[in-house]
Amino acid sequence: MKLLYFAWLRQTLGIGEETVDPPDSVTDVASLLEWLAERGPEWRNLMEQGSVIRVAVNQAHASPETPVAPGDEVALFPPVTGG
Amino acid sequence: MIRVQTDDFDLGAEYAAFAAGNADVGAIAAFIGRVRANSDGAALRAMTLEHYPGMTEKELERIEAEARKRWPLIDVTIIHRTGRLLPNDQIVLVLTASAHREAAFDAARFLMDFLKTRAPFWKQEETAEGTRWVAAKDADDRAADKWAG
Repeated sequence: MKLLYFAWLRQTLGIGEETVDPPDSVTDVASLLEWLAERGPEWRNLMEQGSVIRVAVNQAHASPETPVAPGDEVALFPPVTGG
Repeated sequence: MIRVQTDDFDLGAEYAAFAAGNADVGAIAAFIGRVRANSDGAALRAMTLEHYPGMTEKELERIEAEARKRWPLIDVTIIHRTGRLLPNDQIVLVLTASAHREAAFDAARFLMDFLKTRAPFWKQEETAEGTRWVAAKDADDRAADKWAG
């Protein structure tokens, strides 16, 4: 699974992109964020800010219930501010 | 027509090419968003727009498709710039063409309201105090929500 990070999330985490191999228990966006939170206090702090983290699965906006699978591209980013 | 680019755009050239020669078009609305020199009281030096290549274009296509479902549009152009921009620079262009003005005006407004809340762009501002990421505005969410239903 490919993970992408944008804007201040990318800067805070210090990475823009990584490839991960989540366990079978990761089936949707909510369980993916919970798995990422287990990486450490900084990750938990970020992943639990539900109101400021948005997720896209395969380049479409997703919700906590959106399924994720091994070959997916999943992006994490703050609320958008274009226009 | 959707374009995401670092280069500036020329309204006159885009208008000339837009719905060219189509005599069914009775109304064209144009919206241009620009970089303001003032950001919450601080003087803005520059603004850098980051985006999500691939999703940006797809999301703009989805927003255009939704507008075409709601209004009888003959043509739509959306151009959005990325990279480092200075005060007075143009950021975004929306053109809508329809037989009558209501659809052209309303669709242009809808496209901008949805672009601002759904298209994956992020602004980072440079002021004398340093750089900061622009926070999303509740007013933008309310503007998009009013099109629900």
